[in-house]
Amino acid sequence: MSREEKEGRTWVSGTPPLWVRHPAGSRHCPGCHHPIIERLIADVVGEMGVEDDAVLVTGVGCSTRAFVVLDMDGISTAHGRAPDVGTAIKRSLHGRPIVITLQGDGDCIAIGAGSLLAAVGRAERITVIMANNANYGTTGGQMAPTTLMGQVTSTTPGGRDASTGYPMHVPELLATLKGCVYAARGSVHTPANYQRTKKYLRIAVQKQIDNVGFSFVEIISACPPDWRLTPVESLRFIEERMVPEFPLGEFKNVGGIE
Amino acid sequence: MAERMLIQGNEAIGYGAVSAGCVTFFGYPITPQNEVTEWFAREMPKREGVFIQPHSESGSINMLYGGAATGLRCLTSTSSPGWGLMQETMSHMANAELPAVIVLVQRGGPGQGTTQHAQMDYLSATRCGGPGGYKNIVLAPASVAENCDFVQLAFHLADKYRNPVVVLTDAIIGQMAEPVEIRSLDFGPLPPKDWAIGGKGRRPDRKRRFIQCGQGQISAEPYPNYLTFIRALDAKIRRMQSEVRFESYLMDDARLVVVAYGYVARVAKEAVNLARREGLRVGLLRPITVWPFPYEPLRARAEAGAVFLAVEDSLGQLVEDVRLGVDGRAPIHFLGMLERHDPTGAGMLLPGRLLQEIKKIYSGVKA
Repeated sequence: MSREEKEGRTWVSGTPPLWVRHPAGSRHCPGCHHPIIERLIADVVGEMGVEDDAVLVTGVGCSTRAFVVLDMDGISTAHGRAPDVGTAIKRSLHGRPIVITLQGDGDCIAIGAGSLLAAVGRAERITVIMANNANYGTTGGQMAPTTLMGQVTSTTPGGRDASTGYPMHVPELLATLKGCVYAARGSVHTPANYQRTKKYLRIAVQKQIDNVGFSFVEIISACPPDWRLTPVESLRFIEERMVPEFPLGEFKNVGGIE
Repeated sequence: MAERMLIQGNEAIGYGAVSAGCVTFFGYPITPQNEVTEWFAREMPKREGVFIQPHSESGSINMLYGGAATGLRCLTSTSSPGWGLMQETMSHMANAELPAVIVLVQRGGPGQGTTQHAQMDYLSATRCGGPGGYKNIVLAPASVAENCDFVQLAFHLADKYRNPVVVLTDAIIGQMAEPVEIRSLDFGPLPPKDWAIGGKGRRPDRKRRFIQCGQGQISAEPYPNYLTFIRALDAKIRRMQSEVRFESYLMDDARLVVVAYGYVARVAKEAVNLARREGLRVGLLRPITVWPFPYEPLRARAEAGAVFLAVEDSLGQLVEDVRLGVDGRAPIHFLGMLERHDPTGAGMLLPGRLLQEIKKIYSGVKA
């Protein structure tokens, strides 16, 4: 089956084969993009045929619940430590598992920045997905390292200003580091963007299979309750506010580390 | 025939670990445990094992979390400031029920303290410094050979209870060299690690597993809610309390019982021998597990009329457990690090000073 056929089939309708109906459910809010990201992982892992070796490592926050609903081995970790945990799983089993971490922006680049950068520095053969919703979703919408200038959060009630710093651009940052062989930013707010982001994740996982280096995909993710927007308004917010600050695309894609 | 070697205590950790089938080590440089990390960096590649030097002790302990989740025997080692950084994930490992061994080569504190020996992490190790009221077994070796053996016992106990186990040693034991017979110890059968992750295809049933450090928060097998998890944790802590181990030396007729662990127990044994030579009825209780603590033998001697002397290279931590064991039945004396022979960081508690204290207390007992 061609790649187009495969991708067409999974997008059109139905539940991916790696989806589990768990009694606790994933309990995401209406309009949240985390379930779409979970589905995207299920699609990519299923289509690439790596579900037998896949291990999903989740951070603390809304990403944590992904391991509950995906039919692959999973582990939750202390806040920000998924790259450390993923590294150990990958290397303890001598490189066999396909390790994918799913972390929020606060988990990944605030409390977990040290773990992330160290894993890139060591060129760990793991794939980190950072869901960027520009705030701390689970705890009620506080400022994150990715919060936009002027964005109102519960800890920037007057809107974020320069006294609290500036949004962090993570794939751009990681692209400058030698250990990183793939860095991209996608979004899931339109079907076309879902497909593009799926392609990014496929390439990122392929880098791991090819054993060339660290791969990273940021995915812009709506958080309607904390943005105080409806799900539809949130899509517009992504288009008009998030994407101009966080440009979509690939920032690095190399076949190996020189 | 077992191999006999003259090795340092820190190296003995390595030999003990590989004898127990440990194939994965994570460690960050910190004095006075560097020989442990360097031993694994040198030896693991020869043994097709895994060695990773992470970015911090937080990295070490979280890698330990990940490595243990694969079901392999994994080790990390650190000293006091690094131990502080590890507390977060010690607690998370207790929730996730992951078995692994952490070697803590104590140095002087608080803060950066000194890079030299002390016994100032007793309460942090035995009371558990991370959040949330978990427990872990803590073994306290008092010789290079025990460093080797106790690491093996620690792996067994960790697997038995699916819980982290701490080997609480110190810079003196770590840095000194003694002859050791390297042998692989067998502590009996263990339950299979059918919970381990690494890809569902590795299991015949191809059913996924997941391990979570939020047990009780996210409803999942085997704990549908927080209270069922907490009840199971309570039951496990009670089971672990049965693992009390101690060395009782000349205790039967002792009117004065010295209580000490680690390197200070070696010093104390020497002082007890000197006191016995002078006809004083002095004994030594050396806890091997400092958690769970051997309260029962203390209680028994207290009821028989003995008095107690807690000796430790700190400002007073072990003495709190002596108080709990004696429970007001007998007087308790204390000799701590302020009585070292030398006021620099290199000073030690020595047998002469301890003998002097024993005699002083003993004269009061007679009168």
